Amino acid sequence: MIPTPIHPKLDPANPFVGHQSRNQIRESFVRWILRIGTLIIVSVTAAIILHITVKGAPVALSREWPFVNVTFLTELPSTLHVIQDHQGHIIETDVNGADAIKMQLGANLRQEKTISYSGGGILGPIVGTAMLVIVSVGVALLLGVASAIYLSEYASHGKFIEMVRLAILNLAGVPSVVFGLFGLGAFVLTAPVFTSAPLDRAIFTLPLGFTTLSFQGWDTCVLSGGFTLAFVILPVIITASEQCLQAVPLEFRETSMALGATRWQTIWRAVLPFATPGILTSSILGIARAAGETAPIMFTAALAFKDKLPWQKDLVALPADASWFAHWEQSIQRFLAIFTESVQALPYHIYTLAARIPQNEYSERAQYGSVFVFLILVASLAATSIWMRRRLRAKYKW
Amino acid sequence: MSDNPTANHDAHFIQVEKFNYAYGDHQVLFDVDLDLHREDITALIGPSGCGKSTLLRSINRINDLVEIARVVSGSIKIDGVNLYSPEVDVISLRRNVGMVFQKYNPFPRSIFENAVYGLRVAGIKDKWELEEAAERSLRIAALWDEVKDRLHANATSLSGGQQQRLCIARAVALKPRILLMDEPCAALDPIATARIEDLIAQLRGQFTFVIVTHNMEQAKRIADKTAFIYKGKVIECADTMEIFGNPKNKLTEAYITGRLT
Repeated sequence: MIPTPIHPKLDPANPFVGHQSRNQIRESFVRWILRIGTLIIVSVTAAIILHITVKGAPVALSREWPFVNVTFLTELPSTLHVIQDHQGHIIETDVNGADAIKMQLGANLRQEKTISYSGGGILGPIVGTAMLVIVSVGVALLLGVASAIYLSEYASHGKFIEMVRLAILNLAGVPSVVFGLFGLGAFVLTAPVFTSAPLDRAIFTLPLGFTTLSFQGWDTCVLSGGFTLAFVILPVIITASEQCLQAVPLEFRETSMALGATRWQTIWRAVLPFATPGILTSSILGIARAAGETAPIMFTAALAFKDKLPWQKDLVALPADASWFAHWEQSIQRFLAIFTESVQALPYHIYTLAARIPQNEYSERAQYGSVFVFLILVASLAATSIWMRRRLRAKYKW
Repeated sequence: MSDNPTANHDAHFIQVEKFNYAYGDHQVLFDVDLDLHREDITALIGPSGCGKSTLLRSINRINDLVEIARVVSGSIKIDGVNLYSPEVDVISLRRNVGMVFQKYNPFPRSIFENAVYGLRVAGIKDKWELEEAAERSLRIAALWDEVKDRLHANATSLSGGQQQRLCIARAVALKPRILLMDEPCAALDPIATARIEDLIAQLRGQFTFVIVTHNMEQAKRIADKTAFIYKGKVIECADTMEIFGNPKNKLTEAYITGRLT
């Protein structure tokens, strides 16, 4: 502060004299703006979590052992029947129990309400989301780590690689509903399957003698949805994996090569093991993302309602004297059904409860319960990622 | 890279001839001629950025990893074989030419796994053979007595000097004939440095050493021959005594007396 008017009371010999108060006001103003901004974010987050916990925890948890609402977590969603008699008693039941109760009440029945999707539990959506996450993260890790290794270790720097990187970054910016449409076109309607009876709408069929490779799509199923979600999280996984690979010291590569290792041996033994913690961490963040996306699975995998788990698929009942082979074949079919059946998924279930059916206290209860469980799932995934990173960091330190 | 049993001590073992080397358009070595003898310890000295490390890293072609690096002209021959001719297998070249880097950098794995890394990538799986090689190379690197009870401890738990000796063990496990060292003591304290120098002195005759060093005292203590490199050119190469006692070239004299940096 050079020539500023000096306050008469201040010592003119002091070279640091200045408009203290004005600077202080400006300083504390800036500080308060920043502090308020941060506080707003923190309070919004806290409000969301508190709101969901207060409304959702009573649905999903219970006061007695085992402290969770077992019905809510282990049953499939169903239609809730709420029966009210003239004395004001309210009975909640499912479709099977409703008739008996109505019969018992007879003329005492005041009214019966049915609320879709709000009865039973949310096992279907939990299983569906788990399957979608497993498939998508598996696919995304394979593809993502492979391309990250190529970009980081093999590709020579140049215009082309810069373009590739830019394309990957742009992929991250594509709206998720576009991914959903891409999945519909690519996986649901055109992906290749082996079948003996190709559909007419197959774009292209390739007879192989014993079977036919038909590009008729995988239909809406876990596989279609998982692959679609894989592309949603690919940019995250590629970018993070590449950063993790780059973080491994160059000296490890040089040393390894100087000891006569090929480039692949070097990657496999001296680079990848030390990049794994970071790659896993990023993939868990990918899991959280994949679990939360709704739009990409709307057209590719998810149903609003399904009264069966994927492996409860209807199969031809076997005769009593069926061979072990027939039994074995059916178990394989049941296993494959995990991937080839459509499922319910948590985010889509929440959307259905919140926006697709008339709102009342019962649908709201199911909705908050689902949201609470969902939040817990995602939070525990994030916690796992942090824990895993800590453990592996301690192991591979350089 | 054939093993030539008739080659004697004074044969032209590593021959650098009119070697020109560049990073992209930036040439760093100019017409380098050097003749290194079998089983000698040769020190490469010179100010930072003079090209001595590049020269060293060209001998096992590890500099090939630098994308823009290229040989402009000339050759480096080991036992008469040009390393840069197309039929040379870089992998087998590097198995025959060990390298120790400036910063000790064992992999964050066990001491044992570090010692046998080269054998593992060479496809050796026999447990007994690996254990024997680990012991042999750790003994060569004078580290065996210190680590024999904790071979499966993490290598990063060792002290800096021990880590660098582990790197030497790792390099000698493949029984190379040549050991390249790029300022092997630059990151070490004086005591650890002295141990490494003792080790190099003990290994004299077992390997042909080429050592890049900033430390002229070190070159004086351990090297048979010393080459002074300045701005990508070999200014003078002679017996160490000669270089430090009676330098022929004014530049060499200026450098060893500390008037040239």
